[in-house]
Formats: sequence, structure tokens, C-alpha cells
Amino acid sequence: MITLVLEPEQKAAMPPVATQANDDPKISVRDFDFFYGSAKVLHNISLDIPPRKVTALIGPSGCGKSTFIRSINRMNDIIPDARGKGTILIDGKDVYGGDTDVVELRRRVGMVFQKSNPFPKSIYDNVAYGLRIGGLRNKRQLDEIIERSLTRAALWHEVKDRLHASALALSGGQQQRLCIARALAVDPEILLMDEPASALDPIATSKIEELIYELKESYTIVIVTHNMQQAARVSDRTAFFMLGRLVEEGDKNTIFMNPKEKMTEDYVTGRFG
Amino acid sequence: MQRHFDRDIDELKHLLLRMGAMVEDAMARSIRALLERDTALANEVIARDDEIDRMEIVIDQKTIELIAIMQPTASDLRFVATIMKITPELERIADLAQDVCERAIELNREPMLKPVSDLPRLAHDAQSMVRDALDAFVRGDAALARRVIADDDNVDALTESSFRNLLTYMLEDARNISSAIRLTFIGKYFERMADGATNICEMVVYLVEGKMIKHTALAAADE
Repeated sequence: MITLVLEPEQKAAMPPVATQANDDPKISVRDFDFFYGSAKVLHNISLDIPPRKVTALIGPSGCGKSTFIRSINRMNDIIPDARGKGTILIDGKDVYGGDTDVVELRRRVGMVFQKSNPFPKSIYDNVAYGLRIGGLRNKRQLDEIIERSLTRAALWHEVKDRLHASALALSGGQQQRLCIARALAVDPEILLMDEPASALDPIATSKIEELIYELKESYTIVIVTHNMQQAARVSDRTAFFMLGRLVEEGDKNTIFMNPKEKMTEDYVTGRFG
Repeated sequence: MQRHFDRDIDELKHLLLRMGAMVEDAMARSIRALLERDTALANEVIARDDEIDRMEIVIDQKTIELIAIMQPTASDLRFVATIMKITPELERIADLAQDVCERAIELNREPMLKPVSDLPRLAHDAQSMVRDALDAFVRGDAALARRVIADDDNVDALTESSFRNLLTYMLEDARNISSAIRLTFIGKYFERMADGATNICEMVVYLVEGKMIKHTALAAADE
């Protein structure tokens, strides 16, 4: 299990809470370390993720960006000997606090993975899954939410006539949008996307990118991507990770046009990585 | 599929058209200030040039941003390249309108010269070329762009004939020389504005057809 210890000096170093509600980060990470057994894979990460914006995490393989994103909704809890240190706050509340309901946390923080993973059920049942677990049985309400979720995921028009067909019969891009619809159905506030388009062809990829662009009106999105051009296109803010450290974070225009750090410059210009 | 890039492109096009309208306005006012000997209007054009310069910077930044962020290809790339080439042409045309106003103010301090019949025509023809060049860009009309390019020969001929006209005034009476030289400059400024319109139109042909038609002599020599 993850144990979280905040040293007194770390607590003292935490910045004061912003006074204006609009400026408050949705997710606020302070001095976060992460270990797999004795191996330290994240070093002292501090990062604010603004609400209703897309924050992209970029960096070479093994730099810790997936570990980081999975720490936000405690997906790393299931890995034996994994533990974090430091704080991750969502709306000011510690994700790793003793009173956190992990099931509720994962409802609020939805996740989409690299490989689409629909259940071997119908399209309808996939989107209804989380709702039914949450106790919703009313058919009319289910129908409404399923239509809304599929519409938001830009899939409704392609599947509305075959909602009870198997989800596995959909194309890769459609399956990925179905997984997004499934995540949206339980009304999350945050969407974590771990390379959501890396297994898709360019057309399906651009559909996902357009969708991300639309979704940020309503959701806070954190996306991990290997594709720097994708990060440039879809994100508002970009964070560059390297060897488990956050090298630079900022407005995406700064990161892609005039980064402060030499290492970021070398990575975004393709000199290494 | 509507891409959010299309919205960026529309925004950029809109900014360029706003700049184009400002430049056309500066040009029209400079002609009026010259022909009506209106020093106050000339000063107004000079004062407003900063706004056009600022617009150029905004468009430059937005264009560079789009290249960095969207990595445009094919017609998107040609569009962005066209914007980058058209913007400085517009800014230069506005500077020339400002130059016309500076000379007009100087002319107003001197006795009025006899009319130079070709100069107002030259000014209006140059103005039409700039307007048509911008229309060609908005409509993606390569045929119109080619017609504007062809019009440049008329403007060159008018520049030459107004120069000859002014030369006779200078030969007639040495006291005309100061004003006549200023008017010769002005003729040249309008001729340069028409060249700017021609350059814009060459880029419109590139945008629409993907063909570089400038420096045709070089292209002919290569064949």
C-alpha cells in the first residue's frame, strides 16, 4: 500500500492557497516522490494543474510521466511495494488522505488508456457499466446519460442504431471514443489520458484530438503523450519530464517556441529522446 | 471534419483583413491629404501608422505560434507562408502612405504647383491594385490576382509620364524644382505601393495553385 509522509519542513514550504477561486489549481502537487520498492522513480515533483485546461506531460520513455498520472487517481495503489511521498491535492483535498474514498476518487478522476479496453459487452452496457455499479437502474435515466455521454465523446451518430451490438465490433478509434464515453458517463471532473491515441491511425487520432479540444470546456484533462506534435496541438500547458524529474512546465507556447531549459529545447527539437 | 486549426486559420485571416482595411484606409487618406492639401489629415495618417505596425507584430506572433503548434502541411502550410509574406508588404504600403503624407505636408508649405494630371490617376490605380490584391486573397481568386499583376505595367507607365511632366515644370522654372522633386518622390511611392500589391498577388497565386510565379525571367532561364 501507499504510505504518505509529509515532513514538517515540506509542509512549511507549501505555497499559500491562492485567494481567487478562478486561479485555484484543480490539482496541486507538492514535493511528490514515488518509489517502486527501493527504486525512486519520481523526484520531488511540484506542479499545479489548472481547471478546464489540457495539461500535456511529455518526455522520453521511462521518464515517469505515466507513473505520475497514475498517482493522481491512485491507480498505482494496486502495485505491490509502490509508495508515494508528498502531497497531491484535488480541489485542496489530499488524494492520499486517510478519509479518501478511492472508488469515489476514481469516479471523479476518469482514466483512458493507450489501448482501448471496452468490456466484452454491448456498446450500451459499456457506457452503463459505471452507472449501474453506482446503483442507477432507471432505464429512462440510463438512456439519457448514455446518449449524452456518447454524444460528448463524438460517437453517438456512429453507433445510435446499434447500441446493443458488441463494443468489440467497433474500430480502434471508435473503441477509444467509447472508453471516453464510459469515463464521461459517471460525470467525472478530471480526465487522465495515458497516450490515448498512440495506437490509432492519423484520422482516428485527429478525431480524438478534436474531442479533447471540445472536452476541456467541461473537464480538467491531463494527457500523457509520446507525440510532441500532439502535445503542442491539444494542450494549453505542457510539462516536460526527464529521468523522473519535472524539468520544465509552462504555457505550451513557451515550451514549444522558447523553452527556458536547454534540456527541454533539446527534447522538443528532437536532439534527443 | 471541422478542425480547431480551421478556427485558428480563420482568426489569422480575419487579423490580416483587419490590417488590410487599416492599410487601405491609410492609403485613401494619404491621397485625400495630398490632393486636398489637408495637413491635419496627413498628420492623422502619420499618427495612426503605429497601430498598423502593432498589427503586424500580432500577426507575426500568431503565425509563428501556428507553425510551432500545428505543423501545417499542404494548403495549410501555403496559407501560413502566404500570410507571412503578405503582412510585411502591407506594412510597407502603410509606411509609403505615411511618406506620401510627409511630402504632402512639406508641399503645403510651398506655393501650389500646376496640376500633374497623371499623378491622381497613378494614386487611384495603385489604390485599386491594393484593394483588388486583398480581394483576391480573401476569395482565393488567382485570376483576379493575375489581372492585378498585369495592371502594374500601367502604373509604371503613369509613374514615368508624371515624372516627365514634372521634369518640364522644373525646366520651365527653377522655383518649381523643390515641389516637383517632392511630387516625383510621391509618384515613386505610389508605384512602390502597386509593387506591393503585385507581390501580394504573386503569393495569392502560390496559395491557390502552389506555383511560384515571381521572377518569371529566372524561371524562363531555368527551362
